Amino acid sequence: MQNNQDVEKKNKWIDIVLFLDKYRVLLIFALLLIVASFLSDAFLTTNNLFNVFRQVSIIAIMSVGMTLVIITAGIDLSVGSVMAFSGAILAGVIAAGVSLPIAIIACLAVGIVLGAFNGFIIAKGKVPAFIATLAVMVIARGMTLVFTQGNPIVISNPAFRFIGSGTIFGIPFPIVLMLVIFAFMYWVLKHTTFGRYIYAIGGNEEASRLAGISVDRVKISVYALSGLFASMSALIYTSRLMSAQPNAGTGMELDAIAAVIIGGTSLAGGKGGVTGTLIGALIMGVLDNILNLTNVSPFYQDIAKGLVILAAVLIDSKLANLKK
Amino acid sequence: MSHLLALKNIKKSFSGVKVLKGIDLEVDKGEIVALLGENGAGKSTLMKIIAGVFSPTEGEIYLKGEKVTILNPKHSQELKISIIHQEFNLITDMTIAENIYLGREKKKFAGIIDWKKMREDTVAVLERVGIKHLSPNTLISECSVAERQLIEIAKALSFDSEVLIMDEPTATLNAKETDTLLGLMTSLRNEGIGIIFITHRLDEVMRVADRIAVLRDGNFIGSEKIVDVTEDKMVSMMVGRDITDLFPDRIIPQEEILMTVDNLSVSDKLHNVSFSVAKGEVLGVAGLLGSGKTTLSKALFGLEKRQTGSITFLDQSIGTPKQAIDSGIALVTDDRKGEGLVLNLSVYENLLLPFYRKIGKTGVLNKSKMDTIVSKWIDALKIKVHHPSVEVGTLSGGNQQKVVLGKWLQTNPKLLILNEPTRGIDIGAKTEIYKIIKDLTEEGISIILISSEMPELLGMAHRTIVLHEGELSGELTAEEATQEKIFNYATGGGAVAK
Repeated sequence: MQNNQDVEKKNKWIDIVLFLDKYRVLLIFALLLIVASFLSDAFLTTNNLFNVFRQVSIIAIMSVGMTLVIITAGIDLSVGSVMAFSGAILAGVIAAGVSLPIAIIACLAVGIVLGAFNGFIIAKGKVPAFIATLAVMVIARGMTLVFTQGNPIVISNPAFRFIGSGTIFGIPFPIVLMLVIFAFMYWVLKHTTFGRYIYAIGGNEEASRLAGISVDRVKISVYALSGLFASMSALIYTSRLMSAQPNAGTGMELDAIAAVIIGGTSLAGGKGGVTGTLIGALIMGVLDNILNLTNVSPFYQDIAKGLVILAAVLIDSKLANLKK
Repeated sequence: MSHLLALKNIKKSFSGVKVLKGIDLEVDKGEIVALLGENGAGKSTLMKIIAGVFSPTEGEIYLKGEKVTILNPKHSQELKISIIHQEFNLITDMTIAENIYLGREKKKFAGIIDWKKMREDTVAVLERVGIKHLSPNTLISECSVAERQLIEIAKALSFDSEVLIMDEPTATLNAKETDTLLGLMTSLRNEGIGIIFITHRLDEVMRVADRIAVLRDGNFIGSEKIVDVTEDKMVSMMVGRDITDLFPDRIIPQEEILMTVDNLSVSDKLHNVSFSVAKGEVLGVAGLLGSGKTTLSKALFGLEKRQTGSITFLDQSIGTPKQAIDSGIALVTDDRKGEGLVLNLSVYENLLLPFYRKIGKTGVLNKSKMDTIVSKWIDALKIKVHHPSVEVGTLSGGNQQKVVLGKWLQTNPKLLILNEPTRGIDIGAKTEIYKIIKDLTEEGISIILISSEMPELLGMAHRTIVLHEGELSGELTAEEATQEKIFNYATGGGAVAK
């Protein structure tokens, strides 16, 4: 038999582990902020921070969709290409002289359609998500190249600049958009049946089906949303450059996946959320930023990012073991 | 008066193979019907028809006298039929409340969830099944197996179910938890719910069922009132022949001591356990869930870090799995599907897994040698499989267990540690496993039989040691051992029994 003091000590220790586990992403982020502010005086300035957030917003918005997909135990490799193609359509439609709102709707529609197509192939065709979205990734990139003929499409309508560079009450619009999307999706995941079904399907697809959930419909919606968020990223990206680039978003799907994983969402599905993803994206953004500020070669930045991903998942599995 | 639920002449074929050949089954309000049959008799298929997972090829289903066609699982729920599957359908990373109301969440409007209402309703159903100490916000992953079972029942009750189908609900529960569950079943019956109860444990049938119905090879064998049958009668109805002796006669073990365990402790789990095993002896190990049985089995195989004590096997000290294997110890774990077999590989490949390493010198496999080994074990263990290339996952539990045994017997063990070797196995296959155990002891192999089925220990073991919270609480010879004595030691009652 253990004496009471030992038990108490142990319980205290368990509490600490649970606390660390719950807020680990936030703690890592806080630590990174502290370190960054010591490394460079330029880091903790409004300008720089707005800059970081604005850069992060593109990946972060894309990662919202990726989070939903990964919670269902799926993956979406097509988001980078979908962003490129919907951006190209956007620029093409604007260049053709169509009004901005309609061009924006067209852009978002492209994202939804490509995403829904992913979902349809995965849910109805029973194709593994990895393969289906890999195929769509290649197809969408090809369509972008065909549509742009390999050349950037320049946007001359100055009003479009607002999305990427405008401000609302002094806050850059991309940051506002990002925060609104995260807040809304946080609420959807927590308080709507659709949100809970996403977790249920990722946790146990068969049980969800037996509970009468239309698993296929939820899956198709989730991939459609992933496409939609990719095309929202396209709005910001295209507006920042005031042009659509044929090679836009190359490799961005991996950044989005990384943000989700660092944010603590499990690739096995059923667990996680958008809050972690937002911080995950910010961690990567701050890391990039501080490496830039301290004049580290961009070649090293990728290595640093990779190490952070490894550290995040290692901490995850260590804490999971400790919890047991 | 018409029956609550009546199945008439239900037939079902899968791609031409007749699985059910005309089944009649009724259950009345406030009645517990035990559905009996060996694995593969068609019980699960029949239940899936009632649950709306399959539709019958032929036959009719009547609910309170009215003919119904059950379209899908959701429809069967709407008809107030609930099934509790053998494999739980709970989502472990979600809360109890969410699981109970999955797919029919309480909503404020549109798709927006009314958490408050859902929690309140959950508290009410949890109270009905006697687990109101659990908060509706508890994650399923934090609940014990027994609690999960009760949550499944709570879920069924939340539908106002009138018919409750339970597929082997007690298979993973210990004696005390089983008591609770059987008690709950009785009180649900008294509330007027009709229960169909599938189990392999006949003592439970005798305790709670009002009637039995027996299936064999897809045929309906008959239905009897519980007062008109004995356990022996049930067994003979199930297997189609009389099993006079479930357990073979014991041989007399040899004098030579194979293994000596002295003062073994594993942190928190085992405390100062000492015993020995003779050549050709079956040593039973009893204990409740969490008593350290499984830890002991792993420690003997060198898988647990021990704090104190020694394990000596044929004058060698055992500290690592490699030492254990090399000196002739084999461990058959209780997790057949997780640790014993590669489910999607064939019987052939599973049987050969330990063999690959032995002939691995050149890395080239000798086909004819392999064929010989496989057919030898399939014959010796009477593994029922129409071809060795069949995936092991498709076999019945009993046959899977034989494949695991075959796998380990190839290593020519001198001591076989069996952890729950007959869990989830039907009675016919059990007798065959018991026969194999006896044959092995005749060859001088020692067996450590860890089991939560007391009849098995009473029938097979020469001696039984009992664990209670990691301590050895008693040791009984075959002559001394009774269910009561073992149970008393296992619950820490100890000397009171004597």
